[in-house]
Amino acid sequence: MIEEYFVLPFIIGLFVLLVTLAIKYVSWIVQLSHIDKLRVLQGFFTRRTLSAIKKIWKECLLHTRIFKTNPLLGYMHMSFAFGWFVLILVGHIESYIHAESLSVPPWESIFFRYFHHEHFVGERFFAHFMDFILLYILSGVFLAYAKRLYSRVFGIKRSTKLKPKDRIALLSLWLIFPARLFAEGATASLYGNGGFVTGTLGGVFSFFEINSSFELAMWWIYSSSLGVFFITLPFTRYMHIPTEVLFILLREYGIQLKKEYNSVSKIQVYSCSRCGICIDACQMHHAEISNNQSVYILKNMRDENLTDRKLYNCLLCGRCEQACPVGINLNDLRISQRIQASKEFNSSYDFLTYKNTPQTDVAYFSGCMTHLTPGIKESVCAILEIAGINYLFLDKEKGACCGRPLMQAGQYQAAKKLIDYNRQQILDSGAHTLLVSCPICYKVFKDDYELGQINIKHHSEYFLELINAGYISPRKSDNIIVYHDPCELGRGANIYNEPREILKKIGKFRKVRIEKNQSLCCSGSLGDLSLSMPDRNIIKEQTLSVLLKHNPDILATACPLCKKTFVKGTFIQVKDIAEILVDSIKKKTALLPEMENVCE
Amino acid sequence: MIDVLIIGSGIAGLEAACNLYESGKEIFLLEKEKNVGGNVQNWDTLFPDGKNARDIISYYMQEIQARQITTYLNTYVTGIHKCVDGTFEVHTSRDIVFKCKTVLIATGYSLFNAERKEEYGYQIYENVVTSADLEKRFAQQSKNQLPNGKPLHRIAFIHCVGSRDEKSGNHYCSKVCCITAVKQAIKMKQLVPDVEVFCFYMDLRMYGPGFEEKYREAQEKWGIQFIRGRVSEVAETLDKRLQVKAEDTLAARPFKLEVDMLVLMIGMESQASTALFQKSCGLKCADSRFIQPYQHHLDSNATNVKGVFTAGACIGPLSVFDTINHARSAAISVSNFLAE
Repeated sequence: MIEEYFVLPFIIGLFVLLVTLAIKYVSWIVQLSHIDKLRVLQGFFTRRTLSAIKKIWKECLLHTRIFKTNPLLGYMHMSFAFGWFVLILVGHIESYIHAESLSVPPWESIFFRYFHHEHFVGERFFAHFMDFILLYILSGVFLAYAKRLYSRVFGIKRSTKLKPKDRIALLSLWLIFPARLFAEGATASLYGNGGFVTGTLGGVFSFFEINSSFELAMWWIYSSSLGVFFITLPFTRYMHIPTEVLFILLREYGIQLKKEYNSVSKIQVYSCSRCGICIDACQMHHAEISNNQSVYILKNMRDENLTDRKLYNCLLCGRCEQACPVGINLNDLRISQRIQASKEFNSSYDFLTYKNTPQTDVAYFSGCMTHLTPGIKESVCAILEIAGINYLFLDKEKGACCGRPLMQAGQYQAAKKLIDYNRQQILDSGAHTLLVSCPICYKVFKDDYELGQINIKHHSEYFLELINAGYISPRKSDNIIVYHDPCELGRGANIYNEPREILKKIGKFRKVRIEKNQSLCCSGSLGDLSLSMPDRNIIKEQTLSVLLKHNPDILATACPLCKKTFVKGTFIQVKDIAEILVDSIKKKTALLPEMENVCE
Repeated sequence: MIDVLIIGSGIAGLEAACNLYESGKEIFLLEKEKNVGGNVQNWDTLFPDGKNARDIISYYMQEIQARQITTYLNTYVTGIHKCVDGTFEVHTSRDIVFKCKTVLIATGYSLFNAERKEEYGYQIYENVVTSADLEKRFAQQSKNQLPNGKPLHRIAFIHCVGSRDEKSGNHYCSKVCCITAVKQAIKMKQLVPDVEVFCFYMDLRMYGPGFEEKYREAQEKWGIQFIRGRVSEVAETLDKRLQVKAEDTLAARPFKLEVDMLVLMIGMESQASTALFQKSCGLKCADSRFIQPYQHHLDSNATNVKGVFTAGACIGPLSVFDTINHARSAAISVSNFLAE
């Protein structure tokens, strides 16, 4: 039957889609490392698969995380994903019931109303139900139109820019459901098999006395828009729809990003829906920088046209990663690109010579930044002495850098040398605890040092333990204190409560409007070496305006770099937690004779 | 209605006051501190010839007393307001409102707070001092010893602390610190001949009369070592000495140096009151936060606000003799304006 050729665009589209996806996915999975493949095999028949399916249901279909950011945007995504899913599922069930068999070609299910006009069991129910779902999707389509026109209503101040092929895909997606409505409406007008929506539209069509060629034209449009969308899908951002499923599965099996850019990275890159939520999270736009946000970087990674300028102009604060509804590791992805892009510089580090490390219980590594803020260094040592801890100041004289700034710059090989050097020293000391007063060091110790049994503690964690165990007892003052979460400590290492616990014990702690995992970056980050000082200052001032809104007496932080950055922007006291703590202890012990005199 | 209200009685304000008085103007002087003299009071000797700073102040004291110029001490300005008729109302902390035809701002500069460059350890390590602290010690003649009584063997000066430093927000040169460091280094050598002196600099800007000669003398006669490179960090040793980490950028070599005392050559910053003037009468400030002169060449004392003039370092870092010259020209500018 010649009229039925209209299904061809759909069939070709579906075929191209399935073949392309199969080629891409198989090649990615083949490229997984041996261990990762084992992880997939071993994880497959466990609860992990079930939990992955649950997450796929929640994230890919219901989009609960977008809902949390913005209900309207969440509804839009949910109507498309969940609605379409139900439409396909119920459409197939309908055709199976009608045929009383499971061997129905896919186009018969998709274009069911065109092929079958006769009555069968449940026919009315299906007609109304399918119409209801179609209406639900159309409400989402309507929102999508509106979003392009008035993006602010959706809480998105800045939206992503589109390219021609994205436009084609977008238009075909926008066309699919209205086309289906018109096609089914036309059929309903001729054969009376519509539900409450398509039937009503069919009534309108009857008024205009449409004929079967109009009906066929509508089905052609529907089929063609499906076909175009399927063909463009693997080459546009809509690739995220199937890829996110794969991403969630692999993540559940414990497969993580590596330092180098590989197929796991690609799966993450292709899972980006380009929703643009990360653009608003980025503070760079205060300095009118609007080309380096994660969504653009991922797009450039996909298209393989990423420039150094964009790649390196990022503070690596991680606010976009926190906001990303898909949960892509945006920071690590960017660093993996930096590793690829950076050449090996002169980094032999031959001058680092191993020396015998004295034995100790607690090894204190202050790091370069703490050496540049001696107030913090002195305070940490003072507290350790008051508490009577047997400690060794590991990098007091000739310390090597922890390696994190090099890591952030993509100088992975160079960083590795420093890591090996420091690691040996830490292990040789026989310490059970490694105390760190800089979140930048802390992050790399936790992530890359492989120190085995050694407890790695940031000073805020360690001092809270000392307080709780009664080694030190601070006195509460009347100072109003606000706390700034350093990026590397908060989002980087998930430490939010310990610093707050300490501050509550030593002053009047006040919350700020944007805090914890949403907290703003101080702009001093070593992750960006290209951002100009005036631009940094703009970002810093914006952050300070949030922190200092209620005129605190002290702005507390737990990172020497944040402290250094803020000191130059305000006359309010900026102090590290260690410094405030030592003040509160010293005030109490001031009446006691000094330790040194007693010793003499 | 008075002719000129002079804000600030440092050398700029005093010099301008004397000159304006001579040309028959009715003037008042305001001073926020309890005595006149401004920043020069903190100085012992002045480059290039080692003139005693106290002599300058006492000279001006006599001049002011001789002319019976009215001076309000402990009085600071809370706002300058321009009236419709072009005159000014200046509000002060004493609840006195001064009505005047012109305002001459001679508020000078404030010293950079070295605690903001924490890596140098000022107020954390005992033996880190600023150039201003050292000058006070010279004045008290307690020069050849550390506060704890130990003798000095080696000291270092760090140039450009809070000047030419984007990170501290001051990208400008403070102009006088290079020659001050040379002056203080020579003085240290004169007081303690055996002391080793190092100066860490970025560039040396010996722009004034006799400066270059002083610099040469410092090297040739006194053996002071000038090292091009900024100090990266400072740590304290157990015996309270200071370990300085730096790079000799001419030799391309990083190195460490232990010294007994570290002197930070702190730069000049705009006074906090400048921002207040900016707010209350729309005075235009440069990027450096100092007051922007109306014209650099022909009208450097005028400002964008008609009737408001400047004298001295409120327009940017100036040496003592530059300040005095600028104040004299201010007097002429104000007189000309009042004659119109």
